[in-house]
Amino acid sequence: MNYVIIGNSAAAVGTIAGIREFDSTGSITVISDEKYHTYSRPLISYWLQGKISDKNIMYRPADFYEKNGVTPILGKRVTKIDAENKAVVLDDGLSVPYDKLMVATGSKPFVPPMNGLDKVHYYTFMSYDSAKAIRAEAKDGMRVLIIGAGLIGLKAAEALSAYNAKITVVDMADRILPSILDVRAGVKMQKHIENQGVRFILGTSAEELSEHSAKLKNGVTVDFDMLIIAVGVRPNTELIADAGGKVDRGVITDLTQKTTLDDVYAAGDCTVSYDASSDTNKILALLPNAYMQGEVAGRNMAGREFNYVNAIPMNAIGFFGLHIITAGSYDGEEYVDEDENNYKKLVFRDNTLKGFILMGDVKRAGIYTSMIKERIDLGEVDVELMKKAPQMMMFGKARRLDKLGGISK
Amino acid sequence: MKKVYVNEDWCLACHLCEYYCAAANSGAENMIKAFKSGKNPVPRIQVEEGSEVNFAVQCRHCDGKACVKGCIAGALSVTPEGVVVCDEEKCVGCGTCVLSCPFGCIVIDEENHRIAKCDLCTKNHDGEPACVQGCPNKAIVFEER
Amino acid sequence: MINVAINFMNPLFEVLRNPDKCIKCRVCERQCANEVHKYDAELDKMISDETNCVDCQRCVCLCPTHAIKIKPNENKFRENGNWSQQIMDEVYKQAGSGGVLLSAMGTPKDYPVYWDKILLNASQVTNPPIDPLREPMETKTFLGKKNQKITYDENGKAHYEKTPYLELDVPIMFSAMSFGSISKNAHESLARAATELGTYYNTGEGGLHEDFYKYGKNTICQVASGRFGVFKGYLDAGAAIEIKMGQGAKPGIGGHLPGMKINDEISKTRMIPKGTDAISPAPHHDIYSIEDLRQLVFSLKEATNWEKPVIVKIAAVHNVAAIASGVARSGADIIAIDGFRGGTGAAPTRIRDNVGIPIELALASVDARLRDEGIRNDVSVVVGGSVRSAADVVKAIALGADACYIASSALLALGCHLCRSCNTGKCNWGIATQRADLVKRLNPEIGYQRLVNLVTAWDHEIKEMMGGMGINSIEALRGNRLMLRGVGLNQKELDILGIQHAGE
Repeated sequence: MNYVIIGNSAAAVGTIAGIREFDSTGSITVISDEKYHTYSRPLISYWLQGKISDKNIMYRPADFYEKNGVTPILGKRVTKIDAENKAVVLDDGLSVPYDKLMVATGSKPFVPPMNGLDKVHYYTFMSYDSAKAIRAEAKDGMRVLIIGAGLIGLKAAEALSAYNAKITVVDMADRILPSILDVRAGVKMQKHIENQGVRFILGTSAEELSEHSAKLKNGVTVDFDMLIIAVGVRPNTELIADAGGKVDRGVITDLTQKTTLDDVYAAGDCTVSYDASSDTNKILALLPNAYMQGEVAGRNMAGREFNYVNAIPMNAIGFFGLHIITAGSYDGEEYVDEDENNYKKLVFRDNTLKGFILMGDVKRAGIYTSMIKERIDLGEVDVELMKKAPQMMMFGKARRLDKLGGISK
Repeated sequence: MKKVYVNEDWCLACHLCEYYCAAANSGAENMIKAFKSGKNPVPRIQVEEGSEVNFAVQCRHCDGKACVKGCIAGALSVTPEGVVVCDEEKCVGCGTCVLSCPFGCIVIDEENHRIAKCDLCTKNHDGEPACVQGCPNKAIVFEER
Repeated sequence: MINVAINFMNPLFEVLRNPDKCIKCRVCERQCANEVHKYDAELDKMISDETNCVDCQRCVCLCPTHAIKIKPNENKFRENGNWSQQIMDEVYKQAGSGGVLLSAMGTPKDYPVYWDKILLNASQVTNPPIDPLREPMETKTFLGKKNQKITYDENGKAHYEKTPYLELDVPIMFSAMSFGSISKNAHESLARAATELGTYYNTGEGGLHEDFYKYGKNTICQVASGRFGVFKGYLDAGAAIEIKMGQGAKPGIGGHLPGMKINDEISKTRMIPKGTDAISPAPHHDIYSIEDLRQLVFSLKEATNWEKPVIVKIAAVHNVAAIASGVARSGADIIAIDGFRGGTGAAPTRIRDNVGIPIELALASVDARLRDEGIRNDVSVVVGGSVRSAADVVKAIALGADACYIASSALLALGCHLCRSCNTGKCNWGIATQRADLVKRLNPEIGYQRLVNLVTAWDHEIKEMMGGMGINSIEALRGNRLMLRGVGLNQKELDILGIQHAGE
């Protein structure tokens, strides 16, 4: 069997693991337009911040390809999937045949049209190269304007604070991190980040960009030495779409991660997933999701039958030492517990836990996550204990013993 | 694989396991040094106390391995024996494994900005895990099940 | 309490905590049912209130850095040879409470321990010693009536009376401790250990928990004056039945178990309502003579189809030899004699410390009397009441005992540190308590193994001492007072013990 994987990040590595569980001999080729050994995309901010080394940004050990019998083709872009002849075409014209193809192309930064954008030098913050470019230009005490107060923008802000940068973050929304936090949590986090010297200008956007300055729609002008645009991402779906595969907001797959094209699978940020917590289809651009989709796809590519189910949105992230863990959907009956340093929101619907936000104290959050994924009926748990803190004590003895490793002898 | 199991009938919530665990993984040569040298060693086992039962929880080294699959840094991995271990040098303390672990077994080591998790004392070469050795009531056992 | 602000007594103990070692793990705090230790968050320090410290050593044993020491309180009342501090404390206590003083475990008073004044013999040159690691050595013991005479018919077939008996792999049994006075886990430990050791444990007077019927063939079921938990199924469950006439620690009175210890399980096992005091009468109300005792012995034998030996347990009191003679004639198969240093879960202090006689003297005189009367083989004699080591066992057997009962040493094996506070119900070792959180502290898995270890170790030692004397069968040691010599004893004591002085 001849496997080809386009992409070299979490979904690709998951695919390799999935294939190798059941097929130790088939050939695996990984093609990536980035020239690096597989590295962790979310770690670029830690790298930029100087918290980790070039070595530790790597997602897998140096001998990973060798140990898994993978032939990497790095620094080359796939321009076309020739589904009919089962081959992919590279930008140098080379054609690589496949029996099973994985498309794990991820996403790219979205840069919206802005007046004067063509006159300024700006950065995005999605790849190792983009982080390297920023580091090359970063100067102590520089003024940085970040457009976008989402996860990427704020991670960039945190990283650049290590350079004593004077940071301004602008976002069209009136609050930060709207994709994962509710209003109260957002305000709390905003205060926390502001206490670190980061300035927020919310509810407005850039009207006009010029070389070292941005005029905002609210009339404020922000001068900068460095501009970072982090307003969002778009999935890389073109290869599938061009080959005739079904694409919606992202690549459409079945539960085995197969696309509508024969023998072509997709996983990761370029795909649409079924969110079990909200019963909707959406892009779940999360590293764990990418890996696990890849793993399921790999197993199916190797001829086994596995379905990817129970995916939910979830995030674990922190800014300037304040942890956030969130998961699921926030549509339902709420329970909120808040003090100066911590915030907790649990969301219930259909007598199950559907989502949560933990900020500050995030200990043992995975127990909540499992409640959502396993759709455990609230009748089976001590809800008061559950509200207090995630704990195994809240389950009945039988379920607890089952979870913790069986009945004692 | 031999794992650590807790029999809640015998757990006294004395919390000794936490201290033996933290000390064994602190790198210090004894309990006093571990706790008296200004550091705050983190236990990888946690005792839950109830009105009638108590028990300690620590990494189940489970089949799901959601922590390993979700680790953004590639710091978590599985040894050939099946032990889930953390490369502390690679871990950035993001908490994705804390979010993923259905047993709530992964602890955030705030001081060192990384996580702490049970590796069955395979790294500190203590033989039988320290929590098992330190349990005064045989509530924690290390066995094949 | 009349006035809480003035406590005439001093705390008995002082907690010494080494701040260089204390890591504030709070294990001592969590493990002290007497609430002596406490973490003070404001001071960021462990503090102690010794008022209720009983020196049970639980905190000392569990402290992971050995930071704690419990010392006797050095503050002393003005010295007085006549009025000791303890006597003064007792006066203060009674002036405060108006009640009878209660104590637990055996008397701590400095009465003579005759075991320690008796020395064993060893062989030299002739009749050489035997090495138990190289040669067979027998400690198996049978308890029950032994035939005086065996006759043979013309075909050579032996004729003898078949009587029920107990077979012990070691000459040691666990003596009576009721479920109620000790915890269920303590009982389970004893039951499992007896089973593994091939010996017996004794239910005490509190009946048999339904979970432990499976250990029946290693169980002695006691019938005491309160008759708690006695019914046909109970009598049938065990290997023998023991009628408790008296207890060494409190001769002349019955057992008391306060209502607060009577929880659901004990209520069910004892067949009494929950929360009521379980007070055994001082006498059996149907026994006022040896003839009455004989009736009960025969009733119990009849009830169990004459299949089980009956033990009659008496306290060692002044005329114990005459009493034992009567018991031997009552039809009992085994007499158990309990010396005055024996333990108890609770006894009036005055009785525990002042009533009864030492087991060594009681045993010697009972054995001698039964021999004199030619009825020694009608009964086996088991002695208890502070048998502390294998040496005590060997000396007891040489003085004439068939086997020994141990209880305090068994509890020590389970963790007891003889703090003598069983009566408070707050045993930090999970032994003498019914509080669920405390009972849990004794895991029978550990407990039974420690009991097995203890008795196995003693058995090895018994064999070593026997070997030294050139004896390879416990039967040859039994009543062999030539193997004993007294030291520091007067002639009267030597006469009663039936032994010569060292050097003679």
